Amino acid sequence: MRDLSVSRSTPASTLAMAALGAALLVMFAAPWWAGRAELRLFGEIFLYMSLATLWNFLAGYAGLVSVGQQAYVGLGGYMFFAATMFWGLNPLLALPVAALIGAAISAPVAALIFRLRGAYFAIGTWVVAEVFLLTFAQVTSLGGGSGTSLPVGVVKGLSESRDGREALIYWLALGIAVLVVGAVFAFLRSRRGVALTAIRDNELAAKSLGIDIWWTKFTVYVVTAGLTTLVGGLIFLQKLRISPDAAFSVNDWTAVVIFIVVIGGIGTLEGPILGTLVYFALRETLADYGTIYLIALGVVAIAVMLFAPKGLWGLIRGHRGTELFPLSRRVRGLTEKGQ
Amino acid sequence: MPDPILSIHGLDAHYGDFQALYGVDLAVERGQVLAVIGANGAGKTTLMRSISGLLRNAPDAVRWQGRPIGALRADQIAALGIALVPEGRLLFPSLSVEENLIIGGQLGRKGPWSLTRIYDLFPILKERRNVPATALSGGQQQMVAIGRALMSNPELLMMDEISLGLAPVIIKSIYEALPGIVGEGLSAIVVEQDIAKALSVSSHVTCLQEGRVSLTGGSGELSRDAISKAYFGV
Amino acid sequence: MDWINAIIQGALLGGLYALFAAGLSLIFGVMRLVNIAHGDLIVLSAYVALTTSVGLGLNPLLALVIVVPVMAAFGYALQRLILNRTMGDDLLPPLLVTFGLSVIIQNALLMGYSADPQKLQAGPIETASVSLGPITLGVMPVLVFAVAVAVIAGLQWMFYRTALGRAFRATSDRQDIAQLMGLNRAHVFGLAMALSLAVTALAGVFLGIRTSFDPAAGASRLIFGFEAVIIGGLGNLWGTLGGGVILGIAQTLGAKINPGYQILAGHLVFLLILAIRPRGLFPRMDG
Ligand SMILES: Nc1ncnc2c1ncn2[C@@H]1O[C@H](COP(=O)(O)OP(=O)(O)O)[C@@H](O)[C@H]1O
Ligand SMILES: [Mg+2]
Repeated sequence: MRDLSVSRSTPASTLAMAALGAALLVMFAAPWWAGRAELRLFGEIFLYMSLATLWNFLAGYAGLVSVGQQAYVGLGGYMFFAATMFWGLNPLLALPVAALIGAAISAPVAALIFRLRGAYFAIGTWVVAEVFLLTFAQVTSLGGGSGTSLPVGVVKGLSESRDGREALIYWLALGIAVLVVGAVFAFLRSRRGVALTAIRDNELAAKSLGIDIWWTKFTVYVVTAGLTTLVGGLIFLQKLRISPDAAFSVNDWTAVVIFIVVIGGIGTLEGPILGTLVYFALRETLADYGTIYLIALGVVAIAVMLFAPKGLWGLIRGHRGTELFPLSRRVRGLTEKGQ
Repeated sequence: MPDPILSIHGLDAHYGDFQALYGVDLAVERGQVLAVIGANGAGKTTLMRSISGLLRNAPDAVRWQGRPIGALRADQIAALGIALVPEGRLLFPSLSVEENLIIGGQLGRKGPWSLTRIYDLFPILKERRNVPATALSGGQQQMVAIGRALMSNPELLMMDEISLGLAPVIIKSIYEALPGIVGEGLSAIVVEQDIAKALSVSSHVTCLQEGRVSLTGGSGELSRDAISKAYFGV
Repeated sequence: MDWINAIIQGALLGGLYALFAAGLSLIFGVMRLVNIAHGDLIVLSAYVALTTSVGLGLNPLLALVIVVPVMAAFGYALQRLILNRTMGDDLLPPLLVTFGLSVIIQNALLMGYSADPQKLQAGPIETASVSLGPITLGVMPVLVFAVAVAVIAGLQWMFYRTALGRAFRATSDRQDIAQLMGLNRAHVFGLAMALSLAVTALAGVFLGIRTSFDPAAGASRLIFGFEAVIIGGLGNLWGTLGGGVILGIAQTLGAKINPGYQILAGHLVFLLILAIRPRGLFPRMDG
C-alpha cells in the first residue's frame, strides 16, 4: 500500500515558483539594463498588478465587489503628500504611515457600507470615493480642486540624482507588488483564507461551520484598503503631482483594474497577473487610438464575462485546475492507488 | 389504440453532475389519469419539472401529440396546454388570491375554466379573493394552486403531491373535487407518495424508484406486492 | 426666507432625482438587477435628445416623443441581447457587464460629441417663473416635479393594477413558476428594462434642459439616483420620491452654506441615513 499525503505543491507549481524567482531577479536588475521609459513602464505594470491583485482579493475571494477602490488610491496619494509636506516625514516612512491611515479610515467605512448588499454595496463604495474626492477638493493647503505638486525638497530627499530616484521608485513598485501578491497568497493559505474560500463557495454552509462571515469580510476589506492606500501613495510619488480628479479617478483606478481582473480570470491568483500583462501589451500597441481603446477594453471584458467567465487563466488552466501558486491542497498517491 | 397525448421516451435528467432520472418511459392518453408514485427522492418532482420545461431535455425525449417538445421553454410548454401544480404550491406572495388565479389564465387559452368556475369549485377562495395568497391556510393555498393551473384551461394537468402537509380532512375535500376537474376530457398526472390515494383516483400507475421506472400498469390490475416491491425496492 | 426658498428649490430638484431613481428602482424590483450604466444611459438620452432636437429643429420637450421610444427600444434590445445572459444567482456578471457598458457608453459619447459641455435649449420656458408671495418658482422645476409625481403614480398604477404589473410582480416573486404561467422571463425582463429606459429618457431630457452635461456626467447621476433609492427604502416607489426630495434639499442647503458643499452635503445625509436607518426612511411594509 502506498502512502497518501496531502500537499499543495505540484510539479507545475514548483517549476512556476522557480521561474518566478528567476524573473524577479531579472526584474530586480532592471535599473541596470532598462532605459528610463521602460523602467517607468515596468513600475506602472507592478503598481497595476498590485491593484488588480487587491481588487481580485476583495471581489473574487471575499465577494465584496467594490467600484470605489479609487477612494483608497487617492487617499494614499493625499496622505503621502500630507505626511511629507506637513509632517516632514521621509518619503520611505510616509508610505507605510499612509497605509496605516488608510486601513484605520477603512474600518468605520466598512462598518457603514457593509449594511448594503451585493450591487448596492458596489455603488455605496463609489459614494464613499466621491465623498473623499469632494472632501480633498476642499482642503486648500493641498491645492483644493486644482491639486498640488510634491515640493522639490521632498523629491530630493529620496535621492539626489534623477536616475537614483527613478530606480528607487521602481524598486518600491516591484517590492510592493511582491508584498501584495505575497500577502494575499499567505492570507489565502492561512486558516482565515480557507474560511474565506469556504464563504465564497457556499455562504450558508460556511455559516453553519461557525465561520464569522462579517468579521472575515471586514478583515479582508481593511487589509485591502491599507495595501491599496500604500499603492496609491507610491503611484503619486511616481507622478509627483496630485489633484482630486486624478487621485479619485474611477476609470484609472477601478475600471481598468476590474477589466484586468475579469480578462485575466477572477478568483485566481494568476488571473490578475496575467491580465495586467495582457492589458499593458494591448495598451502599448493600441494607445494611439485614444478612447477607442477603452471602448475595446470594455467590449473585451464584457465578452469574456459572457463567454469565458473564468477569464484567460480559466481557459489556459482548463479542467485540470493547474495552479502556478500552490494554493489548493491535493491528495498525493490517490490516483496511483486507484489503478 | 389511440395515440397518447403525452409520451416520454428515454428521458434523463441531471442536476449538475448528479443524474436524477435514467431513461424514463411513460405515456398518457387523452382523458386518462396517470398516477406517478415513488418514495421520497425517487425523481417524481424532477419528472414534473422536465415535462413542464423547467429542466431542459433532449428534444424528442418528450412528445406532445406526436410533436417533440423536450427542448421548449416552460412558457412555451404552458402555451401548449400543459399545466403544473408544483410541489409546495409556490404561490406568488405579492399577488392576491384573485391575481394568482388571473395570472394562471393570462395565456388566454379557451376552455371551460374561468374565475367564476374556480370560485364555484372552491367557494372559500371567493370570500378571500383580495388577501395576499400566502396569507391563506395551507389547504386554501393548495386550492389556489390548483385553480391557478386550471385557469390556463390545460389539456394535461399535473399535480405534484397536492396532499403534502395538509390535514386529512382537507386532503379528502380536495380529492373529492378531483372528479369534477378531470371529467371534461382533461388528462392528468397525479404525483403522490400515498399509494392508496394515488390508486383511487387513477386508471394507470407508474412507479419510480431511484430515477428509474420500476413498474407500470392499470391501477386496478397491480397487486399490492408488486407495487410495494417497485416502490421500496424490496 | 432665503432658507425656505432653498428648501423649496431643493424639493423641486428632488423631482429630477426621483426620475433618476425610478428607473433604477423598477429594474431592481423586477429582476434584482442594479444597472451601473444607469447614469450613463441618462446622459445618453440627453445626447439623443440633443441630436434629434438640433437635427429636426424640435424643442427638446417635443423631442421626447422620439427619445422615449428610442431609449425604450434600446433598453429592450440591451436586456434581450446582453443582460439576460448575465442573470442568475451570481451578482458579479450583471454588475461587471453593466460597469463595462458604462465605460463603453461614456467613451463612445466622448468620441461622438467630444468632452465639451452641451445643453438642451428649451426656449423661454427655461427662464419662466411664477411668484407666490416672496417665493419665486421656476416653471421648469415645477414641471419636472409634476412629471416625477405623475411618472411614479403611473408606475405604481402599472405595478398594482395592470396585467404587465402582475407579470412583473410574479416574475419578481418566483421566476420559474412565472414561466409556468406562460410568461417568457426574457421578454418580461426586456419590458422592464424598456420601461426603465423610457423613464431614463425623461430624466435625461430634463437634466439636459436644467444643466449642461458632458460624457462623464453619468457617474454622479447614477449615484444621486442610487442615494434617492436607498434613502427612500428599497422597493418603495413613493419612497423614491421622498428620497429624491431629501437629497435635493440636502444639496441646496449645503450649497447655501458653501457652494463647494452642495454634492458633499447630499452624500453625507445619505451616509447618515444609512447609519441610522439602513433600510431607508420608508421601507416597504411587505418586506
Ligand atoms: N435542485 C436540485 N439539485 C440537486 N439535486 C436535486 C435537486 N432537486 C432534487 N435533487 C435530487 O434529485 C433526486 C430526485 O428528487 P425529486 O425529483 O425531488 O424526488 P421526489 O419528488 O420523488 O421526492 C433526489 O435525490 C434529490 O436529492
Ligand atoms: Mg417531490
